[in-house]
Amino acid sequence: MIAARDLLDRARSGDRRALGRLLTLTERGDAGAHGLDGLVHPHARGDATVIGVTGAPGTGKSTLVGHLVKEIADAGGQPAVLAVDPSSPLSGGAILGDRIRMDGVAEGRAFIRSMATRGHAGGLALAVPGALRLFEACGFGPLVVETVGVGQVEVDVTRTADTTVVMLAPGMGDAVQANKSGLLEVADVLVVNKADRPGADDVRRDLEHMLDLGHITGATQHWRPEIIMTTATTGEGMDQVHQAIQSHRAHLTSTGGLEARRQARIHQEVQDRIAQHLDAAAESLLSTQPPELRDALEGSQTPAAAAAKISKRLLSNQP
Amino acid sequence: MAESPEAAGAGREAPIRVVLAKLGLDGHDRGLKVVARMLRDAGMEVIYLGLRQTTESVIAAVEQEDADVIGLSMHNAGHLALAPRILQALADSGLDVPVVIGGIVPEADVATLKELGISAVLHPGASAVEVAEAIRRSVA
Repeated sequence: MIAARDLLDRARSGDRRALGRLLTLTERGDAGAHGLDGLVHPHARGDATVIGVTGAPGTGKSTLVGHLVKEIADAGGQPAVLAVDPSSPLSGGAILGDRIRMDGVAEGRAFIRSMATRGHAGGLALAVPGALRLFEACGFGPLVVETVGVGQVEVDVTRTADTTVVMLAPGMGDAVQANKSGLLEVADVLVVNKADRPGADDVRRDLEHMLDLGHITGATQHWRPEIIMTTATTGEGMDQVHQAIQSHRAHLTSTGGLEARRQARIHQEVQDRIAQHLDAAAESLLSTQPPELRDALEGSQTPAAAAAKISKRLLSNQP
Repeated sequence: MAESPEAAGAGREAPIRVVLAKLGLDGHDRGLKVVARMLRDAGMEVIYLGLRQTTESVIAAVEQEDADVIGLSMHNAGHLALAPRILQALADSGLDVPVVIGGIVPEADVATLKELGISAVLHPGASAVEVAEAIRRSVA
């Protein structure tokens, strides 16, 4: 822990190598990481703006983030980025290919850390909240979190970010897709990227209709997301994305939504951590081959019945 | 057996993190993409920087990503000029991170590169196992 304390002092006085090493420690998620989190906590009050960027694979998230951090730096901010990509479920390895899109446009003006999901579902890695606290403790902000390429239900990012930017591109579905539950419902800013391609205006129209319906049913009465048309490769529309994020933040500040989101974030992290503890306890208990598991394996009781009995045991005896 | 997530986490090896890049004007990145895939399938985390990197951009990535090793692909006969430059930049930044070179390197230059401080040199046709082993040995 002395080493971590020393590294934290160095990282907080601007040593990027030290911050890089602390992020690795956080990612390990072990006792050392928990100790570090305790050291970081007094320096990270949750005041840093967190912007989430999500969307399907290949819609242009990383390129947009590259432009966004440039806008943030131009406006006097000290941006840091967490770019999450998936780990292989087979080998545990990963190709972290977000930085390659960001570096050129961001011109070295952000601290960028690539992170693999390491088995965590939901679009982010378990170490994301701790890493964001580290960034804040070292004076970075606003912070940008880029999720893995997501489908429809990976909405973890909304519980991590103050403002969630959802990216779309033409050619990925019609108005029925736009009306489905999930990702589009949670957007604070909608970006239609590749606006130079055919079909981009159709996407915009479908999104407008979806939002109109939300207005009728009351779902979007508090905030109607702006729809921004962009071409990330040229940087077209990027300033508008930055402005839309700032308007959303102003809205949150004036309505008290910011504090609500912060509390939701802490709530979610506590819940995630409890799930992690229970998972480990279940794995440990099952490795002792309890009789209920054997019964289920032999077919004399259903897996659900075995699980119910084992869970009861697990939760009554403190492991 | 693990009693808590802390113990479980401590028991698992963290994946080796590798920065893969090509320096300067060298557009032949097919090999680098193949190597990235080999390392991914060997359980490593590859930070793929790709083409047209500078020593500065590689050093920045190594610092921010806390990479365990750097893999540089070279197909433009620049290895004898570029290897000393990256090693010097690493030393200047106080980074003790091994460098592995892969690509078109004449056999006669291998000893020179190793004397300079390059950990390993991989040639075209190296198998996935050989590539992963060279990376593992360099960080051991």
